[in-house]
Amino acid sequence: MLNTYTWPEYPYIQSEEQKNGTPVRHPVVIIGAGLIGLTAALDCARKGIKTIILDDNNTVSVGSRAVCYAKRPLEVWDRLGVADKMVEKGISWNLGKVFFKEDLAYEFDLLAEEGHKMPAMINLQQYYCEQYLVDEVMRHTDMIDLRWKHRLISMTRHEDHTSLQVETPDGVFTMESDWLIACDGANSKVREMVHAEFTGQFFQDRFLIADVVMKADFPTERWFWFDPLFHKNQSALLHKQSDDVWRLDFQMGWDADPKEATKPENVIPLIKAMLGNDTEFDLEWVSIYQFACRRIDNFRYGRVLFAGDAAHQVSPFGARGANTGVQDIDNLAWKLKLVMAGAAPDSLLDSYNEERSFAADDNLLNSTRSTDFITPKNKGSRIFRDAVLELSKKYEFARPLVNSGRLSTPTPYVNSSLNTPDEEDFDGGILPGTNCIDAPITVAGEPGWLLNMLGEDFTLLVFGDAPGEREISCGPVSVRVLTVGDDIEDRDGLLAARYDGENGAVYLIRPDQHVAARWRKFDQDKIAAAMARATGQMETKTAAGE
Amino acid sequence: MALNLKKNIARPDDFYQELIDMQRDLSEEEAQLMNAKLILILSNHIGDAETLSEAMKLARD
Ligand SMILES: Cc1cc2nc3c(=O)[nH]c(=O)nc-3n(C[C@H](O)[C@H](O)[C@H](O)COP(=O)(O)OP(=O)(O)OC[C@H]3O[C@@H](n4cnc5c(N)ncnc54)[C@H](O)[C@@H]3O)c2cc1C
Repeated sequence: MLNTYTWPEYPYIQSEEQKNGTPVRHPVVIIGAGLIGLTAALDCARKGIKTIILDDNNTVSVGSRAVCYAKRPLEVWDRLGVADKMVEKGISWNLGKVFFKEDLAYEFDLLAEEGHKMPAMINLQQYYCEQYLVDEVMRHTDMIDLRWKHRLISMTRHEDHTSLQVETPDGVFTMESDWLIACDGANSKVREMVHAEFTGQFFQDRFLIADVVMKADFPTERWFWFDPLFHKNQSALLHKQSDDVWRLDFQMGWDADPKEATKPENVIPLIKAMLGNDTEFDLEWVSIYQFACRRIDNFRYGRVLFAGDAAHQVSPFGARGANTGVQDIDNLAWKLKLVMAGAAPDSLLDSYNEERSFAADDNLLNSTRSTDFITPKNKGSRIFRDAVLELSKKYEFARPLVNSGRLSTPTPYVNSSLNTPDEEDFDGGILPGTNCIDAPITVAGEPGWLLNMLGEDFTLLVFGDAPGEREISCGPVSVRVLTVGDDIEDRDGLLAARYDGENGAVYLIRPDQHVAARWRKFDQDKIAAAMARATGQMETKTAAGE
Repeated sequence: MALNLKKNIARPDDFYQELIDMQRDLSEEEAQLMNAKLILILSNHIGDAETLSEAMKLARD
């Protein structure tokens, strides 16, 4: 059916270890070469960790899946060297319109703030994203061994490793891994294999998702309809992707018959009703989905770590699935590196569950709220929903109540055990546990961006009086010093403004670009204590002392 | 308690008549929609989360 994209077919290659029949122990095996597994491999490679990725398929994502990618995952992908291509191919958009019945209820502007390298949001078909990630993986074959047509069929967990039974076109063989990252998607087999719970809310509704090619001059905006005349009592969405492909989304109700609904003779009239009779289009892909919001009970089962849809599933309103999955990896990779190197206690990996399950709950809450607004559960909530929409046509106060999906923003780890709480006064800036905000800078006479300067290790960002050292050792981990006014220049004053750096400030920044601690001035002892905390070395003290 | 449950409406009969007169010619559906809008408008006017939450709990009791 697809006219605009040809799926790559990646070759299956039998591995040496399967040929030889002797199990080999690997440091890290990743299950699943979707967006999250590929991201995991690239991040591990950056950290000097060799990985093997197993995927039961031999191509990228098939069908209509993720479209919207938000700033934070783009920043993570930029750290991994793949964001430029995505931004270039993707569609940037700012304007969203919300319609109720036949009228425009209101419109919103994402109001992208100036002075960030990455846009607020891009739209891009998931297969392009995955393809770019695979391309990048193929540039690191010394660090990443991507094995297609390798299906994990069973697994035994041991104290210090897992033993994996893997099926390929050549049969079944065994491999061993010190660590396993499970990125095998919403129907994760690994999750079943460790007997984890995966609970939450399942929505009694069905959505028809159609990707169509059309050259029509609809503007590059997100259009969302509540109860439109062309699709009474339901909702609908129109959104642009690249290559003149448009994403159409129709709420169908719980009683819709998936087989009937996806037949062209039923789909085409529906689309014509939405786009107008004269608009020419070709169907690329049509499918029907049900949505759920649920998460795994623990992101860590000993040496098995869950990320992406394997760990949490959210309804697509607000575009959170992949966006949050990428941030799982951002959080995990540096912790795994320190634990594997013996530079941090094993318990640092428990903070992966602590921080990312907190973020997952935030995402689930947001997705559930959007879903409750879009598909009211009873007559009472339906009446309130319609009242909000009607009022929003005329009155500003009602507009923030309209929820056609809240855009994905990173969840600050406000209560994380790795944070050192503020002791001194800051007027804004970035709170401990929060991701760093980008800012334009000058480096070696050239324009650049703050986030690109943070690297893969801990960084001390210093405004004002800097220590003499370029690097500070804190036990087994060292911190690189980055001085504003010396290493980098604050090109437009935005850096100092965003970090409240005018009167001097020192930020301790984690490898995932989240703030661990901050002070008004440089103090070696305080930095050492905050480093110990941020690398999980102070757990007992925290529990007993505070 | 932030919520005022003492008498606060100067002319209760006038107010009550106005309220029901507003709905006299509405269908049940329309009346419900009007009530919902009224709740939203007044809630925004009050604004304070604690007061609103108290009021919701009292109404449900
Ligand atoms: C209609 C729709 C719209 C969406 N829109 C958005 C959006 O706009 N923005 C957003 O961020 N997210 C969106 N999502 C969610 C997004 O698609 C997912 O969150 C994302 O694909 C998750 O990636 P993943 O790598 O965790 O899992 P998956 O993409 O499911 O990848 C899992 C991989 O594991 C492999 N695998 C599975 N089992 C095994 C096994 N036993 N052995 C070996 N390999 C295995 C599979 O072949 C697959 O390649 C949308 C989803 C849908 C359905």
